[in-house]
Amino acid sequence: MKKDLYILGIETSCDETAASVVKNGTEIVSNVVASQIKSQKRFGGVVPEIASRHHVEQITLVIEEALQIAKLQPKDLDAVAVTEGPGLVGALLIGINAAKAFAFANQLPIVGVHHIAGHIYANQLIQPMEFPMLALIVSGGHTELVLMKEHGLFELIGETRDDAAGEAYDKVARVLGLSYPGGPEIDRLATESDGEVEFPRAWLEPESYDFSFSGLKSSVINYKHNLEQRGEHVNPHHVAAGFQASVVDVLTTKTVRAAQEFNVKQVIAAGGVAANKQLRTSLEAKFKELNIPFYVPPISLCTDNAAMIAAAGSSMFESGIRGTLSMNGRPGMELVSWNK
Amino acid sequence: MIWLGIDTANIPLSVAIVKDGEILIEENTSMAINHSLRAMPAIDEVFQKTGIAPSDINAIAVSEGPGSYTGVRIGVTIAKTLAWTLNKPLIGVSSLKALAANALYFNGLLCPIIDARRNNVYAGAYRFENGKLTAIIEDGHFSLGELIGKLKSFKYPVLFIGKDTSLHKDQLIDELADHAVFAPIQFNLPRASSLIHAAQQFEEKVDIHNFVPEYRRIAEAEANWLKAQEKGNDHG
Ligand SMILES: [Zn+2]
Repeated sequence: MKKDLYILGIETSCDETAASVVKNGTEIVSNVVASQIKSQKRFGGVVPEIASRHHVEQITLVIEEALQIAKLQPKDLDAVAVTEGPGLVGALLIGINAAKAFAFANQLPIVGVHHIAGHIYANQLIQPMEFPMLALIVSGGHTELVLMKEHGLFELIGETRDDAAGEAYDKVARVLGLSYPGGPEIDRLATESDGEVEFPRAWLEPESYDFSFSGLKSSVINYKHNLEQRGEHVNPHHVAAGFQASVVDVLTTKTVRAAQEFNVKQVIAAGGVAANKQLRTSLEAKFKELNIPFYVPPISLCTDNAAMIAAAGSSMFESGIRGTLSMNGRPGMELVSWNK
Repeated sequence: MIWLGIDTANIPLSVAIVKDGEILIEENTSMAINHSLRAMPAIDEVFQKTGIAPSDINAIAVSEGPGSYTGVRIGVTIAKTLAWTLNKPLIGVSSLKALAANALYFNGLLCPIIDARRNNVYAGAYRFENGKLTAIIEDGHFSLGELIGKLKSFKYPVLFIGKDTSLHKDQLIDELADHAVFAPIQFNLPRASSLIHAAQQFEEKVDIHNFVPEYRRIAEAEANWLKAQEKGNDHG
């Protein structure tokens, strides 16, 4: 009988300090997240220096809690997986150096995980991945379409050319005077709205799977400015609804077209914006029509967490990938396949 | 008693193992190489070369800052993670005091300096009395003028320590004349053995989870936020 594989995951790429233990790459044993959202709210966004300071305060606490909930000792673990990039470099360095020190003291191997591979592998914690698979990753830092033909084999088929979807949400939320983080607020206003402003869709070249949201953001700013110039009232519900309709339309249409072109067996959405109700509903409806299985992990696994890093780390570990004690934070790290 | 000492607060890196009052190994470098690339490999190396196992150590001393925010955090994160998982006491030492501990027997003020850009410095002033380092000017973030003003109020000669003193040497000599003395090069790098020496003498054990760097400066965003809060209160 094969021995169970226990991986400790650590994630500090942005403003969540997280640690988790995952069994056999598929089963969450513990999943601890210390969020900085209250602190960062003061600044209306994530301030890198503040994020790094909070990570140092939290890091050993979250690791200890993850082990305590899992009822495991360090010696029971098989490896430590940590987010190597992309992300805020100062923030990444806290998780990486804690992971290296922990691995060194307990003589464990270490695996450096790409944050997006983590978001994709969050799905492995819900149901087995089937290939070819299409992943739509939408968050504050990412908007990507990734095609996977097997485990650890990534093909980036589309990405944003300017703002990430979540970034556009935050910027538009600021324009509307909503509080940070803006995504859930806009989603709420849009859902309640009884009408919508018509905003353009950025389709780019006909064959492209890339995205662009900065033009949409400018349209929102111009619309508000023009109305205010004329002394007219801006209805934030209608703006939120129109903005969200444009984002959801583009994300859904391109994801559906890619799923059909590559004949995938499964489509998954991942990242913080995947928690958005309207996006979820729109994708669910379309893929139901096409009879392609579509999954979104629960919100706790959509937003940044360490279970997803441990899940991806498990697959990497089993493929023989090992990091070294000289691992550095890689803020611009590219998603590279580990199965070639 | 076996100590591990770690200092990554600024550009130099120093790691040492001291056993029963004897330096078994010390690695000192001062190259602009990211500490994340070098710190853990250096720690691994001092254990490998001495044949000591991480679990054999009795205590860890770390430079807690001030200095480069990222540098301080790397050392502190490594030290607190090691101390927590190995269940060993952790002692934080000021990165300035550790520099002062390089030159204990100077009869005057020991003034370690770390450059903080735009003619600002992190500095403190210490006296070596009765076998102990006592802070005369508490560690802080000062404009160079401010620091010189404080130093002038004492009648002691001042030994400036740290490789960044060279950046301000002319102004220090202009203002303090022959009261300004400069440490020889071998005293200018932080040494983990000096850090351990200082830790053994007077530092208190800390709660490992709550151990954080002594930045000696709040983050800019926080400073701006506090200012905005004050303004809001004035108006309200
Ligand atoms: Zn993320």
